[in-house]
Amino acid sequence: MARQALGKAAMLVFQRDLTLAWRRWDEVTQPLIFYVVVTTLFPLATTPDLSQLRVISGGVIWVAALLSSLLALESLFRTDVEDGTMEQWVLSGQPLGWLLLSKVASHWMLTGLPLVVISPIVGTALGLPYEAWGTLIVSLLLGTATLSLLGGIGAALTVGVRRGSVLLSLLVLPLAMPLLIFGARAVTMRMDGDSPAGPLQLLAAIFFLALSLGPLAMSAAIRISVES
Amino acid sequence: MDLKEFLHMGGYAGFVWTAYGLTTLILVANWWAARRKEAVELIDARRRVRFQKESRQ
Amino acid sequence: MWTWFHKLASPPHAYRILGRLAPWFGWPALVLILTAAYWGLVRAPTDYQQGDAFRILYVHAPAAWMSMFIYVSMAIAAGVGLIWRIKLAHAAAAASAPIGASFTFLALATGSIWGKPMWGTWWVWDARLTSELILFFLYLGYMALRASFDDPQRADRASAVLAIVGVINVPIIHYSVEWWSTLHQPASVTKFDKPSIALPMLIPLFIMIAGYQFYYGWALCRRLRGEILSRERKATWLDKDS
Repeated sequence: MARQALGKAAMLVFQRDLTLAWRRWDEVTQPLIFYVVVTTLFPLATTPDLSQLRVISGGVIWVAALLSSLLALESLFRTDVEDGTMEQWVLSGQPLGWLLLSKVASHWMLTGLPLVVISPIVGTALGLPYEAWGTLIVSLLLGTATLSLLGGIGAALTVGVRRGSVLLSLLVLPLAMPLLIFGARAVTMRMDGDSPAGPLQLLAAIFFLALSLGPLAMSAAIRISVES
Repeated sequence: MDLKEFLHMGGYAGFVWTAYGLTTLILVANWWAARRKEAVELIDARRRVRFQKESRQ
Repeated sequence: MWTWFHKLASPPHAYRILGRLAPWFGWPALVLILTAAYWGLVRAPTDYQQGDAFRILYVHAPAAWMSMFIYVSMAIAAGVGLIWRIKLAHAAAAASAPIGASFTFLALATGSIWGKPMWGTWWVWDARLTSELILFFLYLGYMALRASFDDPQRADRASAVLAIVGVINVPIIHYSVEWWSTLHQPASVTKFDKPSIALPMLIPLFIMIAGYQFYYGWALCRRLRGEILSRERKATWLDKDS
């Protein structure tokens, strides 16, 4: 009975977030545009030569994805904390972790998933060969999902802080460096003809770790931010 | 090894002495900062106690 | 036994004990550090490969060790404070952070200085140095988060969550950076490895580590007293103390 109620609550949260996002869809598209703009910066800053860009394409795509995910994360909890919804959730007696996980999931669908979808196009613009698309997509799926979880912790910690987005980036980026190393490397390895299985597996391991511990840390952080 | 050789550090004087000098600097700075923190907080706490006593009268 | 512990953690008690404990850390620290410095600079034999430049090891490696040790200690203290709601533990974490960050900075700076005569560049993306750099960012993030809260209790608890998340991440970061750095130098030894150094050359290293540990103890005692005071609302017990 309680589990039914929890599942229903989580689903409601998920649906409601998607509906809200639909009404403010510029919040969803802005990180996406940022992603494309940032990747454009690199050829402008270095060279138009695709054969040279190709070498750093994996890294550039990943860095751009990282930065635009961070940008999007700032809005994850802000509105719900501001209008008191979060306080209600904390007091509701429902396991907070599940509700927050539901929020993170919907947020990822709206911000992380679009990045993954257009990444082959962006990659091609940087000289990434077609063979590496699979690895690129898998690595970014795992990476953006993990980042949503990690970033969720950071967002929960900084939700009340003025100009918290810079602090959020400062907190999350060092923690996200392993993701960057494994993800970007996987793409480059595939490009060079090697098997990317190793780093992809490590990426998956980190994702599952984040999935299991993330909601715990997030709910602790939200409770701290909301109790005042 | 005489003093001149010692200071010369086999040609690496600049590197060795900068490293050790920086170390000394950081250790002294932390020493100073720790004492200062303690002192500042003590002054602050005493001021709070005085204020509380006065406001109670 | 709990009563003893709770008494120990009570602010006036802790404040007094820390005050008396400090010199027991401070003087040995001074002696050990000076001894290690003398031994390392004067008595240790010159390395046939690196000449006198290797003496930088004696300040670099202990600093790197302390940076890690303090971070873990900080995270443990923060965890204890968060789980058992012990203010003293939170205070210990807060007091440790700047000390740990200083050692991290020192490890980076001395590592960089050592790199120039040895490998020709002021910076090298070696596994150890890169890990130290990321650790430095973790320290800075922790201190920045603390500073962003006005309410000290919130600062304590939020930064505790961050410290715990950070310390779980540290092995992952180390492994990933290690993996990343070996991709370009498969079989070679990482630059700051100590392959097989003769024992007489290692003695000053251990003495310096001991010295730094005692130094941390001293600095922690003093800073912690300050932190305890800042968390006390009604420090009326102060008048009976000095």
